[in-house]
Amino acid sequence: MNKIIALAGVVIKELYRRKDFYVLFVLTALLTVAAGAVNFFHDDKIVRYVKDICLLLIWVSALVIAIVTTARQIPAEREARTIFPLLAKPVSRGQVIAGKFLGCWLATGVALLVFYFFFAVITGSREHLWPWAVYFQAAWMQWVMLAIVIAMVVLGSIYFAAPSSTSTISFIVVVGILGIGSHLKVIALQQPEPMQFILTAIYFLMPHLEWFDLRDFVVYDQSLVSWSALALATGYAAVWTGIFLMLAWLGFRRKNLTT
Amino acid sequence: MSAILKTEKLRVEFKSTEFRQAVKVALHGLDLEVNAGEVFGFLGPNGAGKTTTMNVLLGFVPATSGTASLFGIDVRQPIARQRIGYLPELTYYYKFLTADELLRFYAKIFGLTRAETDRRIPELLKLVELEHAAKRPIKSYSKGMQQRVGLAQALINNPDLLVLDEPTSGLDPLGRMKVREIIQRLKNEGKTVFFSSHELGEVETVCDRVAIVHQGELKTVGSVADVSAGSVNLEQAFLKIVGVQSQPLP
Repeated sequence: MNKIIALAGVVIKELYRRKDFYVLFVLTALLTVAAGAVNFFHDDKIVRYVKDICLLLIWVSALVIAIVTTARQIPAEREARTIFPLLAKPVSRGQVIAGKFLGCWLATGVALLVFYFFFAVITGSREHLWPWAVYFQAAWMQWVMLAIVIAMVVLGSIYFAAPSSTSTISFIVVVGILGIGSHLKVIALQQPEPMQFILTAIYFLMPHLEWFDLRDFVVYDQSLVSWSALALATGYAAVWTGIFLMLAWLGFRRKNLTT
Repeated sequence: MSAILKTEKLRVEFKSTEFRQAVKVALHGLDLEVNAGEVFGFLGPNGAGKTTTMNVLLGFVPATSGTASLFGIDVRQPIARQRIGYLPELTYYYKFLTADELLRFYAKIFGLTRAETDRRIPELLKLVELEHAAKRPIKSYSKGMQQRVGLAQALINNPDLLVLDEPTSGLDPLGRMKVREIIQRLKNEGKTVFFSSHELGEVETVCDRVAIVHQGELKTVGSVADVSAGSVNLEQAFLKIVGVQSQPLP
């Protein structure tokens, strides 16, 4: 485990020393602060609308950080050839995969923590409400959803040499799942065979990232999701993360890194 | 003497990326043994299979058939690399880290204790004369300094076997001398050094034994004196073995 933590530490160090990370981070924080501070005519509904925009911004920024950061990890190691002195040490390729995943996931978690803290402070200062448990549940669910995304991107980065290809394909897949994931079953029922079967199969075989979206709970009713449902969703995310990481390891373990 | 680096009938094939092209055989059943405590020079012209052999030994490339082991452990097991140090030909390190951070990272990978790491890093930085730049990012280093960081990271675990790929390539005469001094020092400490080089004069100076590979096959192995027997020097012997006759200048 120490080796995986050491590898994750290098990923985090690289992230906080890169300028592009700060640009996105500061931009999101500023937009969150600015949007959250707006209060049109003391209309509660407009405040909710602004909160919705802020949360959407947090979702987009967290996805950008997670996907872009993860997509370049393994290809950058191969391109800069830093993978060679690393693998010449007593570290397995599985540990490299796990370390890269952990580093990206922890870094994204830190970014989420800061985003939600800003969001809570700004909205709390307007509404004088501090539903910390709701915010925790929303942030937690987003973070475990990002674990699936990061593991999926790690898998993509094993097969696509260019980080840009991995990022683009990952964005399309993630946005696709988030956008139509929950409607796919309904769409399938409206299709003739064999399309109906194919879409139904996809619905049951894909990771349902949209299940982790608790934005409506934060913006509208501010009620808590049952903790058992939260635990179940966390388990679901762990299974999908494990599947993607296992596939990434299978692809990486016998890969000839010199070509 | 016991062999701490061993390959048996090692064969490596690379699939061609072009459609319907034949596979390229990089190594044809290489048998090699390096004994504990010796400095072993691994020689051959470009494309002979030296780097492929090293890549298999370090786990970068899987062997098609045959076996390779370090300290009696199959090289496919990461633990086989616990007692080795590796210096690549060029500097491939995380340039956003400082030398101190890089060495600490590799020390963690080797499972060194905090106390051991704190003791080892200043020693190594002193050895490679980088104490003054230890807290600067590697990207700000000159090429020579980066190569010296490489040497320090190769020695972080106090290895029993040092694998050096063209260790003096691109170094100035002072850098070369430093590398030779370190190889000599390691030899005196009873360590094993396995290195590839095109600098045959250098090989002659520091090596106990040499192997010459050509077109993926082991052509000869023995002491420098044995391999050079019948030739003026190692360079002439090398050229004869790989089938090139040196022409006198007009």
